[in-house]
Amino acid sequence: MDRINADKMHFKTLNEYIRRSPDSEITVENVIGHRFIGSGCIGKDIHIHGIPGNALGAYLTQCDITVYGNAQDATGDAMNDGTITIHGNCGDAVGYGMRDGRILIKGSAGYRAGIHMKQFEDKIPLLMIGGEVGDFLAEYQAGGRIIVLGIGAEDHCPVGEFCGTGMHGGVIYIRTEYPPQDLPVQVSVKEADDSDKESIREYIDLFTKKFGGDPDVLLNSKFYKLTPNTSNPYKQLYVNN
Amino acid sequence: MLLEGQVRIPAGCAISGFISRDGNRINGSEIVKSISYMHDRSNGLGGGFAGYGIYPEYKDHYAFHIFYDSNEVREQTEKFLDRHFDVINLSRIPIRRIPSITNEPLIWRYFVDPRPTKIASSQLDEKEYVAKCVIRINNDIKGAYVFSSGKNMGVFKAVGYPEDVGQFYRLDEYDGYAWTAHGRYPTNTPGWWGGAHPFSLLDYSIVHNGEISSYDANRRFIEMFGYKCTLLTDTEVITYIFDWLHRKQQLSLEDIASVIAAPFWTKIDEIGRTDPEQAEKLRYLRNALSGLLITGPFSIILGYTGGIMALNDRLKLRSMVVAEKDDRVYIASEECAIRAICPDCGNVWSPKGGEPVVVTLNEEGRKRCL
Repeated sequence: MDRINADKMHFKTLNEYIRRSPDSEITVENVIGHRFIGSGCIGKDIHIHGIPGNALGAYLTQCDITVYGNAQDATGDAMNDGTITIHGNCGDAVGYGMRDGRILIKGSAGYRAGIHMKQFEDKIPLLMIGGEVGDFLAEYQAGGRIIVLGIGAEDHCPVGEFCGTGMHGGVIYIRTEYPPQDLPVQVSVKEADDSDKESIREYIDLFTKKFGGDPDVLLNSKFYKLTPNTSNPYKQLYVNN
Repeated sequence: MLLEGQVRIPAGCAISGFISRDGNRINGSEIVKSISYMHDRSNGLGGGFAGYGIYPEYKDHYAFHIFYDSNEVREQTEKFLDRHFDVINLSRIPIRRIPSITNEPLIWRYFVDPRPTKIASSQLDEKEYVAKCVIRINNDIKGAYVFSSGKNMGVFKAVGYPEDVGQFYRLDEYDGYAWTAHGRYPTNTPGWWGGAHPFSLLDYSIVHNGEISSYDANRRFIEMFGYKCTLLTDTEVITYIFDWLHRKQQLSLEDIASVIAAPFWTKIDEIGRTDPEQAEKLRYLRNALSGLLITGPFSIILGYTGGIMALNDRLKLRSMVVAEKDDRVYIASEECAIRAICPDCGNVWSPKGGEPVVVTLNEEGRKRCL
């Protein structure tokens, strides 16, 4: 395993080092605001100690990035594949335009999580947030799975305002007793039934394996499922084509 | 010089700030270190700092920091100062020559007391008199710009990266209970010395990351009350809005947040269902002061005597985090700028859009610093 001290190193130098390293597993220490770590990287296993900068794992492909702390903004921007695991909180716009791969956040995420997420055939991205999330979750979502567990926020809705605005594909699961009250008419909400829960068991297992907790306890709580309302779609919002 | 509307440069910016609530004086090198970790948010076209509690030996006098284009302008301005103020002390602001900061104007500092007879004949209160004098110099004397005019505080700004600006102004020789900083990536105006942040009037200073879509509406409103937006860059108007609403209209900082980052009407209706009185107040503020609603993305830190305040636009289109450790509260565009100077700070959180974070000196701090 390669080990590098990022202290006082410019992000460009660090990222070149990571790309050129002959080892597939790299541990980076003293990370502080270094941008674009692992962006566009293929086939690396990157462990980050400290606070990575914006656009962590942007355009990521087949990499496994683990952050032992918080992450900043635009994590996993337009990522293609791979996994980003954050043992802390995450800033704004996580998973922006994600096409595939997985982002798992132990804590909470900021505004605009999962906006413009998309999917194509077997490429279905996953964004999982253990705690709460800010406004504009899944704005313009076109595909993919978003799961908000609301751990530690059991007494209120763990999702901010304007959730699912412009959503026209994909699915959002929220573990809560209090579903968002300001959903647009283009989004349907219903309580998740057993088959819905069964369909996300795999991801709940993945989450608890990484961060601890009992998957059955989580799955036994109430979940709400948000999907685009097919009887009231956006297709004629601007022009009739 | 090309001004707003005549030239456009695309955008970024970084802000950082902190306060010691106990009033411990923190060396300026700390804020320089903090902002330096967001180097790539700026492009070298502006950096600046505001320090509070940095002039304890002159704390009862107004400290004017002035840029001059030439010695002739300086002489002309000093005549104006002599007519309106008793000048207690004047000197060039000490700088450190470094290769990355060039083409500096003449940079002078004056500690002044307004002349009591002049105040009496102007029929203004002292602060209003001083503010009027500052606006007059900036507006009427071409080539002179008062960029700092508060008591026991000072603004230091230049064209360059913020960490270089900190070196240039020798900020390691100042200690203050609160500091704010800005790294600039100009959006709409050229990078020039007067256009760097913070923008300041009396003891109010603003650092801003973002772009005000409502700039001209705000400017037209505030200029009705004697302010002049001479720098034609958007952030300047925020400083005057705070001065007018806080100093002159005596609104609380929380209420000011409800004016400039007013909740949506739908949100106000929602609040009205549980708290009709609060909704009525919010409705009143939005209606009466609609010209001061700031639209567009922004995160700002206001510095003022005894405190700092952070605020995001209501949609939170710019990043901002807050952290706490012991008696200190830190605010920055990115968490790394806080961790750089406080690696083990706990409780890092992001305020919501439009949610003001106001942190003031506590009783002990006020005793020590004010």
